[in-house]
Amino acid sequence: MNFRRILKTIFQSQLGPIFALAFILMLFAVADQRWSSGNYLSPRNFRVMMNSAALIAVPALGMTMIIIAAGIDLSAGTALTLCGTVLATQFKYAAVASGEPGFVWVALQAVGLTLLTGCLCGLVNGGLISLTKVVPFIVTLGTMTIFLGVGQIISKESTVYADEKNIPGWLSDFCYTGSNSERYLNFGVFPNIPNSVLLTLILAIGVVLLLRYTVFGRNVFAIGSSESTARLCGVNVPFTIIAVYTLAGVFVALGGLMYYANVKNGNPSDGMGKELEIIAAVVLGGGSLSGGRGSILGTLMGALIITAIRSGCAQLSILNTYTHIIIGGIIIVAVIVDQLRHGSPEWFFRLLPAKSTEG
Amino acid sequence: MRGQSILEVHEICKAFGPTKALRGVGLKVRSGEVLALIGENGAGKSTLLKILSGAHRADSGQMSIGDRPFRPSGPSDTRQSGVAMIYQELNLAPELSVEDNLLLGYRGNGGGLLIRKRQRPQVLEALKTVGLGDLSPTAIVGEQSIATQQMLEIARALIAEARIILFDEPTSSLPQKDVARLFAIINELKEREIGMVYISHFLEEVREVADRYAVLRDGENVGEGEMEDADDDTIVSLMVGRDVKNLFPTVPHSPGEPWVKVQGLTGLPYPKKINIELRRGEIFGVAGLVGAGRTELIRTVFGLDHASEGSVVVNEKPIAPAIGERIKAGFGFISEDRKNEGLAQDLSIIDNLTLSRLTDYTTIGVLNLKRRKQAAEKLLERVQVKCKASDQAVSELSGGNQQKVAIARILHQQADILLMDEPTKGIDVGTKSEVYRMLGELAATGKTIIFVSSYLPELLAVCDRIGVMARGELRDVRNTSDWTEEEVMRVAIG
Repeated sequence: MNFRRILKTIFQSQLGPIFALAFILMLFAVADQRWSSGNYLSPRNFRVMMNSAALIAVPALGMTMIIIAAGIDLSAGTALTLCGTVLATQFKYAAVASGEPGFVWVALQAVGLTLLTGCLCGLVNGGLISLTKVVPFIVTLGTMTIFLGVGQIISKESTVYADEKNIPGWLSDFCYTGSNSERYLNFGVFPNIPNSVLLTLILAIGVVLLLRYTVFGRNVFAIGSSESTARLCGVNVPFTIIAVYTLAGVFVALGGLMYYANVKNGNPSDGMGKELEIIAAVVLGGGSLSGGRGSILGTLMGALIITAIRSGCAQLSILNTYTHIIIGGIIIVAVIVDQLRHGSPEWFFRLLPAKSTEG
Repeated sequence: MRGQSILEVHEICKAFGPTKALRGVGLKVRSGEVLALIGENGAGKSTLLKILSGAHRADSGQMSIGDRPFRPSGPSDTRQSGVAMIYQELNLAPELSVEDNLLLGYRGNGGGLLIRKRQRPQVLEALKTVGLGDLSPTAIVGEQSIATQQMLEIARALIAEARIILFDEPTSSLPQKDVARLFAIINELKEREIGMVYISHFLEEVREVADRYAVLRDGENVGEGEMEDADDDTIVSLMVGRDVKNLFPTVPHSPGEPWVKVQGLTGLPYPKKINIELRRGEIFGVAGLVGAGRTELIRTVFGLDHASEGSVVVNEKPIAPAIGERIKAGFGFISEDRKNEGLAQDLSIIDNLTLSRLTDYTTIGVLNLKRRKQAAEKLLERVQVKCKASDQAVSELSGGNQQKVAIARILHQQADILLMDEPTKGIDVGTKSEVYRMLGELAATGKTIIFVSSYLPELLAVCDRIGVMARGELRDVRNTSDWTEEEVMRVAIG
C-alpha cells in the first residue's frame, strides 16, 4: 500500500479532531498509568470530563453557527453567566419550595425567563450587527461588558445563592457525575451518562440537521462564505444574521442553565473568559474565523480536547499555569494543522516519506 | 532595438498532484521586444508566470537570464534578478503614498533607513517615464484611478531596474483610452531594451502591442512566430486545437412582444433616467466605457443598488425594489465580480448553483439533498461544466467553468429576464463561443437578456439591439445592424 497516500488521506479527511482527541487521551492515559494514580480513564473521571465538555459544548454549538456565518460572539461568556444569574435569582426569591404544589410554575417561569434572557442577548447582538453594519467583533466586545453590568445589577454585585430546597431536583441532577445510578436519566438501560451530556448530544444532532437539511442552514454557510453572493441570490441576509445570533443566544442560555446546575450559584463575573474557551472549541474543531467553514462534530471534539487536557494535567498534578500554556499551544498548533489540511502546501508533503515512483 | 535573448526557459515541467500543468514548456524573450503568451484558460500561462515569479517551483527544466541560471526562490529573489510582474489584480498598498509604494521592497543605500529625499529624483524620473509627471509623489495611491495605479506598478518595476517585465492581462480592468496609454508606455519600454511577456485574451490587443507570439495549449508549446505572419484564425485554432470557424455562433431567435419596462430608473450617482422596453426573446446589449454606469444600471434593475427614482415593470406590474421580489418576478443576475460576489468560492458547486432557489427541494423547510444533487448535475451537464464532482468547491474550477456555474444558477432559478454583467470576462475563446450559443438558445426559448460588455465584437455579433451608455445616461439605442464599432465608440466617449 501507498503509505504516503494513506497519510495524506487521513490528514485531509474531516476526522482530524477525532484523531487529535484520541491521541491526547492516549497520551495522558499512558502518562497517568506511569506517573500517577491511573484514574484518568476511570468511568468517574470520564463522566467529569464529559460533563465539563458539555458545559463548553452547548454554547459552542451556537458559536459554531455564528462563526460559520463569518461572525464572532465575544459576549457569550458574560451572557451565559447573566442567564445563570437570572435563574439563580428566580429560585432565590421563589415563594414556594421544591416539591410543593405550584412549584412547577416557579420552575417553568425561571427556565422560561432564562431562555428569554439568552434570546434577548442574541437578538441585541444580531440586531446591532445587522442594522449598524459595525463588525461583530466590536459589537460583541461592547455587549460583553454590558451583559456583565446587567448581571451585576441583577445580582446586586454579589454571588446569588438559592436555598437548596428551592432548586428543582432535575436541575440539581443535571450535572451530577457521582456514582448514584438513580440520579441519571439512563432509563435503566443506558450506562450512567451525565444528563448534561445527553442534552448536548440531542442539541448537537438538532444543529447538524438544521445546518445540513434546511434552507436556513445553507444560507448560513452562504453568508459566511460570501455575503455579497448570498445577497445576490436573494438570501435575506439581515434576517438570517439576526436569527443566527438569537438562536445562539438560546444555546448560551442553556449553557447558563447548566452552569448554574453545576456550581449551584450565579455570579455574573464568572463568565469573563468563558467566551474564549467556547471560541477555542469551535476553532479546534475546524471552524474558520473567516467564515463558511465549521463542523458540529468538530466543535464537540474541540470541547472534549480542552477538557481532556485540563483533566489530564490535573491528574498529573501539573500546575494550572502550565495547563494554560499547553492549551494555548494546542490551539495554535491545531489551527496551523488545519490550514495545512486545506491549503495542502507542497513543502509539507515533501516532509512525508517519499515513494520511489510517481503513481 | 530587438537584441539579445535575455530570458530563456527550457523544458519546464510542473505537476499539481495528478494534473500536469506544464509539460516541457520553452520560451525565449529578447530585449526590446514584446512576446505575447497566448492560450486558453488552463493552458498553463499562469503556472508559467508563477514559476517565473518564484511563487511556484518547477519540477524540472532550466531557466536563465542572460548567461546566468535563474532559479527564483521567491518574489524578492525574482526582483533581484531584474524580473518584474504586473498582475491582473493590482498589488499596491492603497493607504500609502505614491513614493512609498514605488520604493516598497527597494533596497536603497540608506542602510535600512528609507531616505525619501535621496530617492526622490529616481521616483520622479520613473513617474515621468510612465506619463505621470504631474502626479505628486506624496499623493495617496488609493485615491488614484485604476489606470494610474497600473502605471505606478510599471514605475515600480522601473525603479527596481527590471530588465524583464511580465504583464498578466493588464488591460482587463482598464477603460479603452487608458489602454492606448499603456501601449504607448510599453513602446517606450521597448526603446529602453526591456524584454516583455504579455498575456491577454484579446487578440486585437496582442496584435497591436506584441512583436512575437507563443501559444500554449494543455501545458505545451503548440506554436510561435512573428505576430505579423499570423492571422487571427491561425492563432485561435492553435489555441483551441481545432478549427474555429465561427467565434460567434448565432442561434436564430425572433423577439416577441414587449413585456419588461424600465421607466425613468435613476440611482445615485448612476444611472440617470433610464427608459428601456424589452421584448420577449430579445438580447439587449449595453455598451459604454468602464464607469459609464452600465453595471449600476443592471444592478439597480435587479434591486442590488438603491433606486432613487423610477420603476421596473413586468407585464404591466411594477415590481418592488427588493432582490427577493425581483427574483420572484423572474429576474436573474450574473455579477462581473465572479470571485467576490458572483460565486461563494468555498462552497460546493451544488450549493452555489441552487442557492437562489432552494424551495423546489424542501418539504416543510427540510431539504431533500438527493433530489437537489440530481437536479444540479443535470444542469451541469447541460452547460457542460468540467468538474471532478458536483460537491467540489467552486474555487477549484477554472474561470470558464466557474462562469458556467454562475450561468447555470440563473437557469436553475428559472429566470426569464437575465441580467448579465460581462459574462465572458476572463474566460477563454472556446468557452466564450459556448456562452454566445447559450445566450442565443435562451433567447430562442423566449427569455429576455440584458448583456453588458466592454468587448464590442461580441455585442455586435450576439445582440438584437444595443444601447450605448455614457455618464450614466442611455445615449442611443439602435438595432445592431445600424451600429458599427466606430459609431458605438463615438457615442460612448460623447
